[in-house]
Amino acid sequence: MFLINCPYCGVRDQSEFVSGGEAHIARPKQPTELNDDQWAEYLFMRKNIKGIQFERWNHVHGCRKWFNVARDTSNDKIEKIYKMGEQPPKI
Amino acid sequence: MSKNLRINNKQFVDETRKLSFVFNGKKLHGYKGDTLASALLSNGIHLVGRSFKYHRPRGIMTSGSEEPNAILQIGNDDALTEPNVRATEIELYDGLVCNSQNCWPSVKFDIGGINNFLSPLLPAGFYYKTFMWPANFWEKYEYFIRKSAGLGKSPTKQDPDMYDHRYIHCDILIVGGGVSGLIAAKIASDDNKKVLLLEDKELLGGSLIYDDSDISKIDDQKSSEWLKKLIDNIKKDQNITIKTRTSLAAYHNYNFLLARQNLTDHLSVSDRNNKIRQRLYKIRAKKVIISTGAIERPQVFHNNDRPGIMLASAVKKYIDYYGVRCGLENVIFTNNDSAYETALSLYKSGTKLNAIVDIRDNSSSEIVNQVKSLGIQIYWNHTIVDTKGYKRINKVTIMKLNDKGNDVIGKKIELNCDCLAISGGWTPMVHLFTQSGGKLRFDNKDNIFVPDKTNLDQLSIGSAKGDFELDEVLKNSIKDTKKFLQIENSNFDKINVKCSKEKEKKNIWLLPSDKPLSNTKPFLDYQNDSTAKDIKLALREGFKSIEHVKRYTTTGMGTDQGKLANMHALGIVADTTNTNMGDLGTTTFRPPYTPLTFGTIVGRNVGQFFDTFRKTPMHEWHVDKSAKFENVGQWKRAWYYPKDTETMHDAVQRESKAARESSGILDASTLGKIDIQGTDANEFLNRVYTNAWSKLQIGKCRYGLMLNEDGMVYDDGVTTKLGENHYLMTTTTGGAANVISKLEDYLQTEWPELDVFLTSVTDHYATACVCGPNAKKIINKIFKDLNLSDESFPHMSFKEVKLGNINCRIMRISFTGELSYEINVEASYGKYIWEKCIEAGKEFNITPYGTETMHLLRAEKGFIIVGQDTDGTMTPVDLQMDWIISKKKYDFIGKRSLYRSDTIREDRKQLVGLLTDDPNEILEEGAQIVKDENKKPVNMLGHVTSSYFSPTLKKSIALAVLKEGKQLKGQKLLVPMINKTIKVTVSDTVFLDKENERING
Ligand SMILES: [Zn+2]
Repeated sequence: MFLINCPYCGVRDQSEFVSGGEAHIARPKQPTELNDDQWAEYLFMRKNIKGIQFERWNHVHGCRKWFNVARDTSNDKIEKIYKMGEQPPKI
Repeated sequence: MSKNLRINNKQFVDETRKLSFVFNGKKLHGYKGDTLASALLSNGIHLVGRSFKYHRPRGIMTSGSEEPNAILQIGNDDALTEPNVRATEIELYDGLVCNSQNCWPSVKFDIGGINNFLSPLLPAGFYYKTFMWPANFWEKYEYFIRKSAGLGKSPTKQDPDMYDHRYIHCDILIVGGGVSGLIAAKIASDDNKKVLLLEDKELLGGSLIYDDSDISKIDDQKSSEWLKKLIDNIKKDQNITIKTRTSLAAYHNYNFLLARQNLTDHLSVSDRNNKIRQRLYKIRAKKVIISTGAIERPQVFHNNDRPGIMLASAVKKYIDYYGVRCGLENVIFTNNDSAYETALSLYKSGTKLNAIVDIRDNSSSEIVNQVKSLGIQIYWNHTIVDTKGYKRINKVTIMKLNDKGNDVIGKKIELNCDCLAISGGWTPMVHLFTQSGGKLRFDNKDNIFVPDKTNLDQLSIGSAKGDFELDEVLKNSIKDTKKFLQIENSNFDKINVKCSKEKEKKNIWLLPSDKPLSNTKPFLDYQNDSTAKDIKLALREGFKSIEHVKRYTTTGMGTDQGKLANMHALGIVADTTNTNMGDLGTTTFRPPYTPLTFGTIVGRNVGQFFDTFRKTPMHEWHVDKSAKFENVGQWKRAWYYPKDTETMHDAVQRESKAARESSGILDASTLGKIDIQGTDANEFLNRVYTNAWSKLQIGKCRYGLMLNEDGMVYDDGVTTKLGENHYLMTTTTGGAANVISKLEDYLQTEWPELDVFLTSVTDHYATACVCGPNAKKIINKIFKDLNLSDESFPHMSFKEVKLGNINCRIMRISFTGELSYEINVEASYGKYIWEKCIEAGKEFNITPYGTETMHLLRAEKGFIIVGQDTDGTMTPVDLQMDWIISKKKYDFIGKRSLYRSDTIREDRKQLVGLLTDDPNEILEEGAQIVKDENKKPVNMLGHVTSSYFSPTLKKSIALAVLKEGKQLKGQKLLVPMINKTIKVTVSDTVFLDKENERING
């Protein structure tokens, strides 16, 4: 069970949060311009790497805010937590 | 059995407190302080069970949690009985009743024992190989396998005991209250840290506390005396919280740990009333120190499993701690110095030690010299090649080892014994370390796995880290703890330790016998009956990975997780395949370290506390009217209101008839409600719903369908425009929480530029929904000044009115097809407004109806229920709801997916109506629909999603999803059931009032 340092509330137990999958996948601004393959790329394709992964997390049983987490999937160590709209850190 | 097995020992066992207990129907005695195992041994009982596969007689082997054999059924009460309890761990109490497991009809005469003689026919993988096929015989095989396997019996009644959970936060958690853990606790406390110290036994001190010898000394005192003073200090220490009888069950990431404390299991049954039995601690520790010690290894030789064969350290503990002799004629078999401590304990207690058999060439350590000087016979460079005695060992045969240690030479010597104490060196208890994700390193010199890399703030000390001799245990524990806590000096820095043992040992994983291996039984895993032969067979058959070998031979798969077996299994694999043990890797240890009861895991979350449930403000009214409830998400919703002896069917027929013919009332408070405000609220609705919202007027309502980005229907509901920048959205009851999460996601991450605020107001309002041809008259009686004319208050519109001081939001919307008003009030007025409606509706036979009738009424109209008629694979087009997809809007969630190659397929499953040829035949929801049931394999075209008998139409109706359903209208299809095949015709989804005339009353 991780501890997650919500940028708005502070350190809380993992059970207060939900994970929203891979971060930094922006919804296309003009979906209708995309062909099936391009749309499928946005819709379905997600990385599942061993190592540092950038993820979205939501403090669903707290402030309800979404934020980004850089987590090492091999040991669940959280390297960095940063707000929505911020660029991923270089790790 | 008064064979003078009990030695006077006042320290840990209270001989003034005699306790009686029953083992396999026989009444026996022990004392306060005994474990069940020590009490059995003091009565001369070694044989306690039968092995799993061969049903060989097995005896108590250890004195701790690594015990593979002495696992018993405790208690014979249907509710309280507990299987698989280790006799070595359970403290004796007055009135304890226990029985052997895994033997029938009795432990002394066991029918399964025949497997022992058939054992050449039962090699590794026997079950896999034999019971493979023919496949349809499996059910017969399974019956016999289950009958002859099985460890113990589960209780069959509800557990009457109370369990508890508690959270603890601490600076330093120390697991294990032996000497190294105690020293670490004191160092941490002296540095003003908050320490939590866990010990799974009743007393602190580990194995040093009962060490009665003079050969090891700390600061010139007898080591046990020195330790007692330290314990006294620690008990007074305000910084240290001690939990005894508490075993660590699981070590998770981020130093989150679970520990189980036994609070009443050691008490006599009559003293347990109204007390919490076990408590689960959920611990968050800043730092963790693991000082769980080590367990002694057995040695692997022919017939090494007879009752009376025990670990040397256990024999010593039974004498020194419990004052119990395990045998009257003892032989020790060892490969290292530590068994010589057992020799001294036997000697000191006046117990006969016939000989020591040591596979080493010699040892000149102080302790060995001391034993030599006592005149005890030592056979150096000898090994045991066989043992005798069926239900209790009575003889060992030894021979000299050759130079390589892989064969025996010379002549056989026979030694008499009724107890054989074996020692194969020590294995650090690294289970918790590996559970926490730590990586082990193999130490080639000592043949042990030791903790290596970890990502957590943790430290292993003492024997758990691979230090076995007292001097190195103490000195390294002090040094490592100081470094771990970043402390310069401690009160232990000048400690002076005198140790008389040496570390030298000779390691032979599989000892040779004069017989060929194929004729021997050198056991590795006592509980699962796997032998060295099985490992070699698995290797010959091509299994290479240790994880595969383990599963194929079932080595280490028992309730002890192979605490005794794993090292030898690895060693034999390494020797046979000529591999370095470190390269094989070790098997993974999984939580719990020792088994937990279900009671401990669930704690207080039982019965009504298993999950929270939500009640509407009108709940008590429904209860008063004997409503039956159904769970929708966490809500308790009124399902139907049976009168007198009505069945559900009867009640639903009556309720729905009333709603269609006069008036009905539904508690709709559970619908999800989201308050939406902000200057971009309208744009937001345009983006999240498929239809257009721009032209919606204040005071109007609109139905919306929400998709996922993949184009599949996610939720639906009516949204009302309350003001220029203010909307009230309703969602399905079950979907409310997910919908607001999803909307927040888009707002915060994709469209942060939108000025929109969402607030969940589901619990803030209660909703009474009055429907039916007389609904208008009823509402008019309550709200006398309200103009209810269709011009002033048309369908899909909203009015805000006052009833006295109560603000009421009334929506004229309908989920039944009838004229219908939904009155929303603040939750605290919910019951008031409900009763007001009931009172006003009395003359119109207003009838409360539940969710079942609601489902029937909407099905008659062909309205979908998201989650019942849809399952996450249905697009609006599949639902034949094309009308709700805006063609004008450039984008909305899911729009692009509606013309992916897959979503435009013509042969997708589509929502249709079904009518049974026999109007009285009601289809089962979930039933499959086929065209031809004779052509195999039968092609499934779809399934029934909703099905009811409509009292208004006087026939059965159903909704279904059907491949190419849109094309199949009028077609005859089949619904095969177990005993019959039902003929159906595909129809339109709207069964009643296709012209929508009822909506105006
Ligand atoms: Zn937060």
